[in-house]
Amino acid sequence: MLSRTADHLYWMARYTERAENLARMLDVNSRMSLLPQSAEVVEQGWIATLTIIGLLDAFRQHYDTVSSANVISFMAFDRDNPMSIYSCLRAARENARAVRGTLTSEIWETLNATWLEMRTARPSRFAAADVGDFFEWVKYRSHVARGVIQGTMLRDEAWHFTWLGTYLERADSTARILDVKYHLLLPHGEQVGGAADYYQWSALLHSVSAFEIYRRVYRDVITPRRVAELLMLRDDMPRSLRRCMSEVYMHLQAVRNSQSLETERRAGELHASLHFGRIESVFEMGLHEYLVRFLGRVRDLGDRVSRDFLVSAD
Amino acid sequence: MSATPYDEMHAGEGAVREHYETFASWLARTPAEDLDRKRAEADTLFHRVGITFTVYGEDAGTERLIPFDIVPRIIPPAEWQHLAAGLKQRVRALNAFIDDIYHSQQILQAGRIPAEQVLCNGQYRPEMQGIDVPGSIYAHIAGIDVVRAGAGEFYVLEDNLRVPSGVSYMIEGRRMMMRLFPELFALHSVAPVEHYPDLLLENLRSVAPPGVNDPTVVLLTPGAYNSAYFEHAFLAQQMGIELVEGQDLFVDDEFVYMRTTRGPQRVDVIYRRIDDDFLDPLVFRPDSMLGIPGLLAAYRAGRVTIANAIGTGVADDKSVYPYVPEMVRFYLGEEPLLANVPTFVLRRKDDLEYTLAHLHELVVKEVHGAGGYGMLIGPAASKEEIAAFRERIRRAPERYIAQPTLALSACPTFVESGIAPRHIDLRPFVLSGREVTLVPGGLTRVALREGSLVVNSSQGGGTKDTWVLER
Repeated sequence: MLSRTADHLYWMARYTERAENLARMLDVNSRMSLLPQSAEVVEQGWIATLTIIGLLDAFRQHYDTVSSANVISFMAFDRDNPMSIYSCLRAARENARAVRGTLTSEIWETLNATWLEMRTARPSRFAAADVGDFFEWVKYRSHVARGVIQGTMLRDEAWHFTWLGTYLERADSTARILDVKYHLLLPHGEQVGGAADYYQWSALLHSVSAFEIYRRVYRDVITPRRVAELLMLRDDMPRSLRRCMSEVYMHLQAVRNSQSLETERRAGELHASLHFGRIESVFEMGLHEYLVRFLGRVRDLGDRVSRDFLVSAD
Repeated sequence: MSATPYDEMHAGEGAVREHYETFASWLARTPAEDLDRKRAEADTLFHRVGITFTVYGEDAGTERLIPFDIVPRIIPPAEWQHLAAGLKQRVRALNAFIDDIYHSQQILQAGRIPAEQVLCNGQYRPEMQGIDVPGSIYAHIAGIDVVRAGAGEFYVLEDNLRVPSGVSYMIEGRRMMMRLFPELFALHSVAPVEHYPDLLLENLRSVAPPGVNDPTVVLLTPGAYNSAYFEHAFLAQQMGIELVEGQDLFVDDEFVYMRTTRGPQRVDVIYRRIDDDFLDPLVFRPDSMLGIPGLLAAYRAGRVTIANAIGTGVADDKSVYPYVPEMVRFYLGEEPLLANVPTFVLRRKDDLEYTLAHLHELVVKEVHGAGGYGMLIGPAASKEEIAAFRERIRRAPERYIAQPTLALSACPTFVESGIAPRHIDLRPFVLSGREVTLVPGGLTRVALREGSLVVNSSQGGGTKDTWVLER
């Protein structure tokens, strides 16, 4: 297929996934902010979120105070913030529009309808109930998009590049969500301490739709070590780092070309380290350090995919 | 010509034409609320599917919906047969003309068309002189604009032989009508049009360079911000071919390749939706970012087919239009089945004088204009507008032609005040390859403003589904 087409499909999928993950992060934090706690704790939660997305400085340039309303306004609806949900859904749609000839009409109509609705979304005063509905809607539209891709798309190269984008983005996002805990709960080690802490870990699980899964898998109290294990090393957890890298490796093999072998090897290596890794060694190295390194390797894979397939030379 | 337009549906006071009877009685018994609901549904569906066109000028880059009217334009079988035969004849003659012009120029030698009219025309491409193209076909896709006037006779208003657009609206309009009003299709036997992309692909494959058994066909678009991008994407998808931009193609050793995720892949046929000027920056406009350097060299070497061919504009220019009936006689030895609109060519002294004296009753068009820009509609123009236009004509009469104001036929159409007649035209799409074919129907455009004769979508026109009845 055309390199340019593959590029648009890859980014269409990445932006769709990114919008969903942003909604998940913001949703969890806005729910957390409703717990009985001091304003500083709420503020810390939002600062941590902005930090892992990498937009704390940009946010401060536009707003004086870190409040739920301000962060949500900036991260969900701001048209000038290229990382807002608004901008991601627009970018997903623009990428789809550029290759609508390659997409099934259902896929195009789904992304276009999402964008048309986003364009007019304006929750009144960002009331908690409203933004909750909005985040649910974003997740729901992402589910619909994936379902339509799953249900209507030919299993050809276009398919592989679409999922390559989805899983690289998801791997990046899950790692960031986990890393929030580093910024939030620095003093705590192994033990979950206090009610607020419990809620934060369970909120984290909720944000990746893993709360019920955790209960089913571990049938026990929530501990940071197990949460990390679930979200990093378990193959059956659909948003875990290992699951994502397994998919990335598989789709890379399917689109292999004469210059992509090194990229494939690096993806395989990263996957193997998660496949055979133990959570104890992750914590020995330090969770934060591990995640930072992982994010670097995912970024490297993204760059290599672009170079190998998407912007080919003559 | 008659002042009262021919009404497609009614034959005078309250009488409904035979081929509209079934529709008219359906319309009469369908509650107005139902129709309103269906019309709103059509709007929503068109938006969701993203059938839009981009508007140039005002608010550049915005996408707008072309209004769709749910009252179909119905053509009875006998009328269509006549029309189809006339269209095929005309397109055969036009292709023969272009082939002749770029080879021995017999028609000029025979003095049937003034040579300077053709050779000094900006649309004549000397680069094409002597190049043989597969099947001697140049205009593979022709959109012929036809109107009905007077007592209902058909006239050809314009031939579009470069990159005619609108066929996607024909197909989507039909899909919309079948979705909204399935019962109407049970009551009428409407000839299908949705196989057009199949015919087009077959046609494009049939003109591949000799020796290529399984040709790779691509559609070349200027990109997502072109006004007809929706159509480009639509057709590429329906044909299952790649939608490429200039940056996706390159020429190496006189072969054309596209850049793919698995390396370069040969391209044999390019269905281009880019004007000649932008195709190859090495030969035409050097500032073009849309084209492919070296494309013309590959084309001249016979390694790739470009559809439509380069230089077809020499046959659809408004200054050459008056001679098309002569082409039919000269190349086919037949009498034209379809008439031209009588045309004054203002480079002729007599025609110029007549036109300047009758501007208030004529339509004056710029010979290179397109899309309804730069024309004067005498009866609708103010004194000042006419005076200003008279000056423009005097300065460069060779740039204009004039035609009598046709009372374009009218078809009942939903407007704010209810259903009222509005002027329409018709653009059928004629495909030329191994044979000449066309699907029964075309794009009916309607001028939504009362009394307006301009049907172009850029000027507030809408579309209707076109039904050719099979019996």
